[in-house]
Amino acid sequence: MSGRQKQFVGFSVLRLSALVVLLILVVILGDIVVKGAGVISWDFLTQAPTNGMTEGGIFPAVVGTFLVTLITAVIAVPLGIFAAIYLNEYAPKTKVTRLIRLSIRNLAGVPSVVFGLFGVALFVRLFGFGTSLIAAGATLGLLTLPVIITASEEALKTVPNSYREGALALGATKWQAIRTNVLPSALPGILTGVILGLARAAGETAPILFTGVAFYLPFLPDSIFSQFMALPYHLYILATQHHAIEQVRPLAYGTALVLITLVFSMNLFAIILRSYFRRKAVNSR
Amino acid sequence: MGRFKESVYKNFFFANALVVVVILAGIFLLLIRNSLPAFLEVNFLDFLTGKVWNPGGYSESSYGILSLLVSTLMVTAGAMLFAVPLGVLTAAYIAEVASPREREIIKPVIEILAGIPSVVVGFFGIVVLGPWIARIFNLSNGLNAVNGSILLGIMALPTIISLAEDAITAVPDDYRQASLALGANRWETLVKVVLPAALSGIIAAVMLGMGRAIGETMTVLMATGNAPAMPGSFLDSVRTMTATIAIELGEVPFNSTHFYILFAVGLVLFIMTFLVNLASDLILERYQEVE
Repeated sequence: MSGRQKQFVGFSVLRLSALVVLLILVVILGDIVVKGAGVISWDFLTQAPTNGMTEGGIFPAVVGTFLVTLITAVIAVPLGIFAAIYLNEYAPKTKVTRLIRLSIRNLAGVPSVVFGLFGVALFVRLFGFGTSLIAAGATLGLLTLPVIITASEEALKTVPNSYREGALALGATKWQAIRTNVLPSALPGILTGVILGLARAAGETAPILFTGVAFYLPFLPDSIFSQFMALPYHLYILATQHHAIEQVRPLAYGTALVLITLVFSMNLFAIILRSYFRRKAVNSR
Repeated sequence: MGRFKESVYKNFFFANALVVVVILAGIFLLLIRNSLPAFLEVNFLDFLTGKVWNPGGYSESSYGILSLLVSTLMVTAGAMLFAVPLGVLTAAYIAEVASPREREIIKPVIEILAGIPSVVVGFFGIVVLGPWIARIFNLSNGLNAVNGSILLGIMALPTIISLAEDAITAVPDDYRQASLALGANRWETLVKVVLPAALSGIIAAVMLGMGRAIGETMTVLMATGNAPAMPGSFLDSVRTMTATIAIELGEVPFNSTHFYILFAVGLVLFIMTFLVNLASDLILERYQEVE
């Protein structure tokens, strides 16, 4: 085989690999979209499950996922952004800074079920929150923290140094320079990272399994100390734990479709936001 | 006054950054603290080397983690077997061959793949992959180690692809130019120059993907059948450490030996993923220094 033929074969193998990855995505999404689409209706989205969860909708799970993600955001977003500000704007090159960075990367690698264990030990028991929205939200918040820090730091890094120096030269203090010049231009990037992190949290199951999510609740949570239903857990129940699994399969497909639609709309929004501001940044330079 | 305010801001942000260290240390310490009571009743060596996991035993409970550990390693190895070649080749395609237009299609595809919640991947394993496997291997059901391996591979793919692509892109262009100038074609340049130069980064990418696979819970919980026995082959139903915690923690009474032993399983998982991530970190750090 000549060098040229080898190159053709080699590149074809590479292209084939990329196609396989594409195919995997198409098969997974295709199956869920095709079989789930027929189940989606206004009633499915706005009604509670009825008749032992064999009929009705997923409204409480949608609300629960929304609420727990909101709590996740309240806990992880400020903490994550502040930590990123420290790392990018203040942190000296010391051992402590290295330790912080090492911790962020390792925290990102901690298995989600271990976060669940930690949530039980700390929030449910030690803090006495019980199995509740706040315990689950806090657990998800910790899990999301590394994503938000990393993305926010990336966003801060893209702000040119001249922005900081310009403000400093005009007599601004460091914090004033950050607040008036750095943060506003990093904000879209930070927002993108926040949304991506929260989308991941909304789809997580293992961390909320023992910290607050419920199999079935006849009413919506009325405080942060209530248990709640959530879309990912509802899908898990319908797919594996229900007494009539075959009968509720369409409901499981519908739940899966709603869940991925929710997560992907968040992702898509973040991606559009990012490319919009990237283009804007390029144009203004 | 201004100076005082500035130092308040700085310390405030520092405190926020330090929270991450506290959390990581807190996870480690709470896992240890909640594991220790278990070893008042269970011999530590029996825990690590025992093959029988039967915590609710009628006459006598046994807490041997070995079959769970082997199951975890087995599905992880199976996942890597297909995710590493597929991931690295795809990364090479994106970095070296794809046109900008193709790149704009495949990169979002990988981001979307990374965004699929694990419970949805597990559901796919039950409703699509399981029946396929059952038909191909002529089994009564397809919930086994192969199913879990394929799903975990799919979940590890985005990590491997995007980090391996970074590693390949980071190879200085001089290397390529020099190789092409010596008469090598683009394929030879890729295989003999670029990939070897990116090797440490690719290894780091694979290890991070592996860390994800070891710790993945919902997919294996849903797709591997969860038989708590020593697996004999990839067509056996297996139960990983993560799945064991997920199945049993909700059912055990607080403060029982069974409750504490699940934290010990979590501790083993934590240490395993910590070591894998640390190794990947060290490799990356070294390779960034070389640059």
